[in-house]
Amino acid sequence: MDWLTTVDHKKIAILYLLGGGLFFGIGGIEALLIRLQLIKPMNDMLDAQTFNELITMHGTTMIFLGVMPIVFALMNALIPLQIGARDVAFPFLNALGFWTFLFGGILLNLSWVMGGAPDAGWTAYTPLSSSMYSETHGVDFYTVGLQIAGLGTLIGGLNFLATIITMRAPGMSFMRMPMFTWTSFVTSAMILFAFPAITVGLVLLTFDRILGANFFDVAGGGNPVLWQHIFWIFGHPEVYILILPAFGVISEVIPTFSRKRLFGYSSMVFATILIAFLGFMVWAHHMFTTGLGPVANALFSISTMLIAVPTGIKIFNWLFTMWGGQVSFTTPNLFAVGFIPTFTMGGVTGVMLASAPADFQFHDTYFVVAHFHYVIVGGMVFGLFAGLHYWWPKMFGRMLSEPLGKWTFWTFAIGFHMTFFVQHFLGLIGMQRRIVTYLPNQGFDTMNLISTVGAFLMGVGVIIFLVNIIRTSMKPIGVANDPWGDGRTLEWTIPSPPPEYNFKQIPLVRGIDAYWKEKMAGNTEMAPSEPVGPIHMPSPTILPFIMSLGIFIAGLGLMFSGEEFSNSFMSLIFNNWIVCGLGLLITFGCMLLRSLYDDHGWHIEPEELEEEGV
Amino acid sequence: MATAHVEEVKGQLPHYPEKATLEGRNKILAFWLFLGGEAVLFGTLFATFLTLRNQTNGGPTGDELFGLPLTAAATFILLVSSLTSVFAIQALHRHKLESLKLWLIVTVVLGLGFLCLEIYEFYEYMHLENFSMTTSAFSSAFYTLVGFHGAHVLFGIAWIGVLIGQLYTKGLTVVTAPKVYVSAMYWHFIDVVWVFIFTVVYLLGKVG
Repeated sequence: MDWLTTVDHKKIAILYLLGGGLFFGIGGIEALLIRLQLIKPMNDMLDAQTFNELITMHGTTMIFLGVMPIVFALMNALIPLQIGARDVAFPFLNALGFWTFLFGGILLNLSWVMGGAPDAGWTAYTPLSSSMYSETHGVDFYTVGLQIAGLGTLIGGLNFLATIITMRAPGMSFMRMPMFTWTSFVTSAMILFAFPAITVGLVLLTFDRILGANFFDVAGGGNPVLWQHIFWIFGHPEVYILILPAFGVISEVIPTFSRKRLFGYSSMVFATILIAFLGFMVWAHHMFTTGLGPVANALFSISTMLIAVPTGIKIFNWLFTMWGGQVSFTTPNLFAVGFIPTFTMGGVTGVMLASAPADFQFHDTYFVVAHFHYVIVGGMVFGLFAGLHYWWPKMFGRMLSEPLGKWTFWTFAIGFHMTFFVQHFLGLIGMQRRIVTYLPNQGFDTMNLISTVGAFLMGVGVIIFLVNIIRTSMKPIGVANDPWGDGRTLEWTIPSPPPEYNFKQIPLVRGIDAYWKEKMAGNTEMAPSEPVGPIHMPSPTILPFIMSLGIFIAGLGLMFSGEEFSNSFMSLIFNNWIVCGLGLLITFGCMLLRSLYDDHGWHIEPEELEEEGV
Repeated sequence: MATAHVEEVKGQLPHYPEKATLEGRNKILAFWLFLGGEAVLFGTLFATFLTLRNQTNGGPTGDELFGLPLTAAATFILLVSSLTSVFAIQALHRHKLESLKLWLIVTVVLGLGFLCLEIYEFYEYMHLENFSMTTSAFSSAFYTLVGFHGAHVLFGIAWIGVLIGQLYTKGLTVVTAPKVYVSAMYWHFIDVVWVFIFTVVYLLGKVG
């Protein structure tokens, strides 16, 4: 119950971690099933329909329900700590964002048991996703589920933006902010400007499928390419929404374990902003073969290649940070250092794909699959593993086991390269993506076998990580404030796990890497910027949970509004929009309640702070 | 009770009550950001409409459907409501609770008037002209863009309505002031969107 009503950013971070971890597991199992099907030629383990559902759900789940919530877990856990704040700007909205994500994810995954998962690919290209070609409710689950989950992401991004702008501790100017907070800030801004586009796209597709609108239906005057534009003007920034926080993690981990300042801090900041800006300018590079014409292809080709410049700045800054440092290869740093070559390889194939004429050859082959898995797994997931190992003691007060962590790294990294390195060559010799099987003796057989074995090795790595978590959670809480010994930022100045109010006194920031600066000046703790006083806390509330439940019910009602039921009662309540209306009523009712009853919160008095011995 | 609130207003309320607390400032900042997201939302809807506005699939065209007197009247009503919401915020800054409530009520009534005209317009198209969501890509884009705006107006009316109720029970405080201020920002935003709709949908449909 405590967890259903919490508005504490640290607890919401743990909820995001659990929810994201659950969906990450589901997406991983889907991936393993795909790889099992492709282990040998002419395999008939899965039929084509199931295979289509698996590839669609693997992509959708991993991107929207797996890695993004885990990124949000890190952001939630760390942004307020890194900027010296007691919570996010809107704790209520924070909880609401989590619950809408969870209910959206549950709705999407209900499709497995309620008559067919989405089967039109994670990009849901029309007309494949129209009701003519995708007759089950699968794509409805996709549009409605993602809509609800996307709402949560948008709320979260908005909240982080406001938090970072208004709640930084005294002395923490923008150019003194830790890099993870910086990348989270830029990511949140990207979420704000990218997600409304997919919101509209999903609404249009829902209207086409449920209300019989004609947006993408050529027979009614619609335009299927419009979907691709709307999808990718969201979808390309989304790639950077995913990778920028990983850049932030790497920029925190590498300096800590090199015992040096991050090389080129300000160039890192501007490179981040530049990547975000260019990320919005390049969506049509996903559409070179759609037929936009040579001028559009050339422009988008060049703007895409430009992104390699700020990304290269980042790569070299990380290398220069390690140069001459006292590098210690702890588990987080192994992942961070491993990130650099794998992500660079993904970037290089990205430049290859950005060349429009070459893309005509690579398009829809395993070369593309290899490219984006190098970026998203070799970049994003490596970054997340680095971040989780690095901040685990701060979030939970217990160190993860180093030997097990190293086993995780080596099995995962070796498995990763086995899986995806060979896929470049599979693509180059002509193996298509999204195809359920292939003929023998075309040169595909051995490499597919290697790829599948590698995928299972990655699975082993994840299982070792889970074992590590379970073993660690048996240990008592009891790590120091700064367990790695070389913490540079504010989160390492407070106990692990942090108390509910984070900072007894808001610290005074005197430079980049605030804590490191104090250490170099011979101080053991931060100078406070305020006297000890009562701390205002927001009250816990169940409303975010009920509001999200309402949206979930409304979503179900919308999806089945045109369904023919054998049960007349079901027809009555669904076909007359009663279920949908009821759900909306619950949600808007909660909004009304929230508006009418002011939440004044409560205070922690100074005496209580002393009692806790902080 | 009402007089007590007026006393409180005169005695303690700071000059800009909506920005007096951190929460209020956060709310206003976050709402500006939210409107940035809303701008992308409507931008995408406009782009969709512009792509599909000549795809009439044999159904009615904009030129045949639209009557400028009706939409001009709707535009006038909505623009005036933006003005009255400015008067409301001026009253808020002068701590005049009664006049604040009055101008908010006028704003809501004008909003309702606009919404009635829009419902009448949709009714006319659907029943007299056989122009529904399923007629053509143009009709889908028209109803979605204009309907989204209409839903925003409806939400704004309900929202400001609830706030008027709160002003009656709680008066003007540092808690209610940011809410009123933010709702006025929202109201201006949907007005600006309507100006674009009037231009892009109706004027361009008539002459473009």
